[in-house]
Amino acid sequence: MDSTLARVLVVDLSQHRAWVEEWPELFQTRLGGTGVGIELLEKLCPPGLDPLAPEAPVVFVVGPLTALFPLASKTVAMFKSPQTGNLGESHCGGRSAVALRLAGFGALVLVGRSQVPVYVAIHGEKVHFRDARTLWGMSSSVTVGRILREVEPGSGYRTILRIGPAGENRCAYAGVIAETYRHFGRLGLGAVFGSKNLKALVISGKRAIPIPAKAAYQALYRTLHEQAVKSGAMKKYHDLGTAQNVAPLNEMGALPVRNLRVQRYPEEPAFSGERLAQGFLGRRLACTGCPVACIHLAALREPHPLEPYFYKTTFVSYDHEPLYALGSMVGMTNAPGVLRLIDAVEHMGLDAISCGVALAWATEAFERGLVREKDTGGLRPRWGEEETYAAMVKKIAHRDGEFYDLLAQGVDKAAARYGGEEFALAFGSLEMPGYHTGPGAYLTYLSGSRHSHLDSAGYALDQEALNRGMAPDPEAWAQRLFQEEAWRQVLSSLVICFFARGLYTPPTVQQALATLGSEWTTAALTQLGEDILRRKYAFKVREGFRMAGLRIPTRIAELPTPHGAVDPDWLRRGLRVMEQLLAHAPG
Amino acid sequence: MPKRLVVVDIERCVDCLLCAFACARRFGEGGLARSAIAVRSLGGVERGFTVVVCRACEDPPCLHACPVGAIEKAPVGVRVSLERCIGCGKCRQACIIGAVQWDEENNKPVICVHCGLCARFCPHGVLGLEEVDHG
Repeated sequence: MDSTLARVLVVDLSQHRAWVEEWPELFQTRLGGTGVGIELLEKLCPPGLDPLAPEAPVVFVVGPLTALFPLASKTVAMFKSPQTGNLGESHCGGRSAVALRLAGFGALVLVGRSQVPVYVAIHGEKVHFRDARTLWGMSSSVTVGRILREVEPGSGYRTILRIGPAGENRCAYAGVIAETYRHFGRLGLGAVFGSKNLKALVISGKRAIPIPAKAAYQALYRTLHEQAVKSGAMKKYHDLGTAQNVAPLNEMGALPVRNLRVQRYPEEPAFSGERLAQGFLGRRLACTGCPVACIHLAALREPHPLEPYFYKTTFVSYDHEPLYALGSMVGMTNAPGVLRLIDAVEHMGLDAISCGVALAWATEAFERGLVREKDTGGLRPRWGEEETYAAMVKKIAHRDGEFYDLLAQGVDKAAARYGGEEFALAFGSLEMPGYHTGPGAYLTYLSGSRHSHLDSAGYALDQEALNRGMAPDPEAWAQRLFQEEAWRQVLSSLVICFFARGLYTPPTVQQALATLGSEWTTAALTQLGEDILRRKYAFKVREGFRMAGLRIPTRIAELPTPHGAVDPDWLRRGLRVMEQLLAHAPG
Repeated sequence: MPKRLVVVDIERCVDCLLCAFACARRFGEGGLARSAIAVRSLGGVERGFTVVVCRACEDPPCLHACPVGAIEKAPVGVRVSLERCIGCGKCRQACIIGAVQWDEENNKPVICVHCGLCARFCPHGVLGLEEVDHG
């Protein structure tokens, strides 16, 4: 393995100092990404630490395949989540992974809090702490990116990671934005940046990485490239992007609409993947090293509101999750309105999913009289009313008054104060993703280490069961999801995009590592995945997480899925099995 | 007839950098240190990209700028003699389209040899080879 992978750059924002530590054994035994990340987090984050304390660490890790293999395009961030109070783990593509690796590092650790707002520029071995007082308080994260593009070198191979007003104001679900259209979206990394007075990170590098087994490497690269480009495995991400999920989920009655009061629109929504591609798709982009290019940008051309013959064209990145959260979940019916809401959330730097679910909860709470105009600052949230929602997004990002201050911490906190827990759609304190497919999806949201749909993809199990006429069995399904999540720990340690999980089977991963001089058996890889998953669970338990204490909002049982009504007792049984699987002593 | 590398359709570029990584693999290595091709956004990724490739000039300014005769004409484009090169960077300054890349690790220029490997790995048909009648 290339020796620079084991180099960890530590940036101390309190002292404005940076140094390099070498962790060769850690990267040999834990690969990188999630595997290395959880070890560093465990070591650097003392039990019970306030996630927004100066000492709270942020760990970014890439992996042995980064910058070498197709679709090994992600960076893993680990931190203590200000939203859930336990494990914060978020994955991002863009250019982030390649930039960090080619700057000469396998990991970057941030600690401390700067006295004044700064941004940190890392160009190869050089680390600069630059004054960001001029950038602090800017109304949009997009402007910050534009300015840094002009003043920093590395055009074409750098990453620019920044926060918006929501991060500065420490909203619990503020994200960090990369390259304008990609995100460390979930679990509040943006708030942690804000707490450190860190506005942005710019990273660039152009190192070479030596390959021990050159011929085998070239051959395997070609094979994987061909599979990614020519096989049907990646086609859905290629053509319509993840937005292609909207229409089929709607048709099968699994799309959460209006805070999950219904599960479909009568007709295909105006913001389905097909309709957006026809009417709005303006450009496609890829993360560095990915031939698929799943990133879809809508070009929204609109007349200037005041001046005739002036137009503005806004590019908005759309994916299934933001379309669900800021579209169907809040009852939107027109595509431009959804795109404008997504854009508003991007400017503020909030997680689109959590923000949309928070707006949906607020709308229902307002309808039911739990929340009143005196709470909302005079706004009257109603399904599909874009302007009101856009105004609320700003108030959330600025934590404007008690109501928005609580809403900025998530629906759990807001419902604890105002009521309406039965329709506060969060699992493990994280707002739900856009799949109401059946018990598998909800078991993933509840038990997944990040409470993300991507942890173990229970929605895919739901659909497989429907196709095969399988009856959901909580024990067997918990087992399946555990195995799936365990293998995904290997992928996220390497760090491979989960969309390429079909390409990177255990034997392929073994071969890829062998070309880099790292010998693993598939059994050892599988074991490693389970170990990492258990290490993450142990961290959560250390920080107070209890599987049995998870809240299950009653709303999900009231509205049938394609599998019929979800039974909370079924979920509890699944969770007990999952707990047993996770509680084994880590190896 | 020899062939040179050309940008066929820039509208399909998605900034994946697979071309630049393919170029690095010529030497059996990863990374971007010795990649002869570069992709840059036109002021933000939403505006699209430019792929900087050597034009294989008939009368190459980089060759004339070299004070030690380390750059020679090839059937297509030029070849650099790294032994003779003193790393002065004059060739880079002479190429106004920025197609002379720089190997910072060795302080030497990297100039495209028009082998076409990058085009083979471009997944969206941005790059191609076309026949040249000079040379």
